Amino acid sequence: MIRREYPRYFLLILPAAIIFTTFFFVPMTRLAVVGATGDEGVASYLSIIQTPRHFESMVATVLLSIGVTAFALVISTIAGLFLVRNRFRGSETLVSLLTFPLAFPGVVIGFMIILLAGRQGLIGSISNYLIGYKVVLAYSMWGLFLGYLYFSIPRVILTIMAAAEKLDPALEEAAQSLGASSWEVIVDVILPALKPGLIASGAICFATSMGAFGTAFTLATNIDVLPMTIYTEFTLNANFAGAASLSIILGIITWIALLLARSLSGSTVAASG
Amino acid sequence: MRRPKIFYGQLFFTLIVCAFLIVPAILSALAGVTENFFVGLKSGFTFRWIIEVWELYSETIYLSLLIAVFCLIINLFIGVLAAYSLARIGGRTARIVEEIIVLPVAIPGLAIALALIIMYGGFRDFRTSWLFILVGHVLYTLPFMVRSVLAVLTSTNFKILEEGAASLGAPFWHRFINVVLPNAKPGILAGSLMVITLSVGEFNLTWMLHTPMTKTLPVGLADSYASMRLEVASAYTLVFFVMIVPLLIAMQLLANSKRQTKNLIQDEDAH
Repeated sequence: MIRREYPRYFLLILPAAIIFTTFFFVPMTRLAVVGATGDEGVASYLSIIQTPRHFESMVATVLLSIGVTAFALVISTIAGLFLVRNRFRGSETLVSLLTFPLAFPGVVIGFMIILLAGRQGLIGSISNYLIGYKVVLAYSMWGLFLGYLYFSIPRVILTIMAAAEKLDPALEEAAQSLGASSWEVIVDVILPALKPGLIASGAICFATSMGAFGTAFTLATNIDVLPMTIYTEFTLNANFAGAASLSIILGIITWIALLLARSLSGSTVAASG
Repeated sequence: MRRPKIFYGQLFFTLIVCAFLIVPAILSALAGVTENFFVGLKSGFTFRWIIEVWELYSETIYLSLLIAVFCLIINLFIGVLAAYSLARIGGRTARIVEEIIVLPVAIPGLAIALALIIMYGGFRDFRTSWLFILVGHVLYTLPFMVRSVLAVLTSTNFKILEEGAASLGAPFWHRFINVVLPNAKPGILAGSLMVITLSVGEFNLTWMLHTPMTKTLPVGLADSYASMRLEVASAYTLVFFVMIVPLLIAMQLLANSKRQTKNLIQDEDAH
């Protein structure tokens, strides 16, 4: 038996600890302090409710994130369950293609939406051919919605497929042999079993959407999502205290959401919209 | 075997979702090598946009690679050591430390970048060098290296092996290099691929941390999306895909081989 060598382990973790303290803890603490240096001190943190521009941005971001999460969950559950249940030629390729955009930065996803639904985009060309005018969605709330959906689907599908692979097919067969319709099987057997996975991936999706900056930045829509508001406050208005307090609030929201996800599924996929 | 109708319904749905994700990427790749995207493919095939991208933006590609390599080196050093210590310490303490290390992924990059600027923006030489971006990338990628190595270590019996080596008189560094590292290898490999992929593609932190002299590839991309014609932006995106896709494929292959060995082990258990 090696005697327990705690001092050595703490020494080995020290380089990581030093970098973390210097470049993460200390600056984040400073950020939280700067957030409280507005005209009203600690009460500046209330600006998210009291300043109409900040409040509207907050509400828009939360609503958008909830909408994206709901859609991503439904879409990914249908596709993910299908891919886990059915093995056919090309199904592996489909899984690869569906998870392929995982490593795209938010800016690139914004550009994908411009190509899909922008002024020279695919949807516009098709609608121009069919109904005689160009449908342009990219620079409105719809563009953001599509973009967020784009980076959410691969993440959610992965989590749901992992959860679905653990389902016991015997339970379904038992339900069927007892006379449950396929709809009843889905509602009473499959969905409850998937619930932890659904909540976990929903939380990841929500957190990623709340913090997504690159996609909104590229699309440059007229809707200010919270990260864009923070960016404008900091760079254009030089309102450091406002930007700092909003970032801290945003950070706490995403952190709580991801904590929920990890406690349910044990792993989270990178969030970088 | 005849498949039920619902199978085709679901297949169609899945294909639509797949098209939503893949068609824009294909469009972008095509637009990057098309003479005039507005006219369409019939305007002809060309490399001129790629060459233009190279002339305008090759610096950003070099800088991204430089940062990714240094980020990996630092991660290999501090991340692997930290993961080993956590695997050794174990229990509640290790879980709390792990939870802390994951924070920079849980908090939006924008917030971390703001914190770094407010704290260290005053040191001009540091602020204007690429090291400022490197710091952000290390914070952001470290959790992935630590968790990847930690997951592999906790699933192996390296503690018993290490104790065996110790009882035979191997000093700590011998045990670390000859027992721990070989056992952690799959985790280190997967973590390294992830670190490089994430560093090359990082935008949210980098956009705030960069200066006109220190532009990375994604920063250049954002720049080209805002100010260049669609063909140039597409060609640039194509260059990015060419860099990132081999990394993605390597990661998937690695994950698949891991799953296969796991299945193999489970099969043997069943016998």
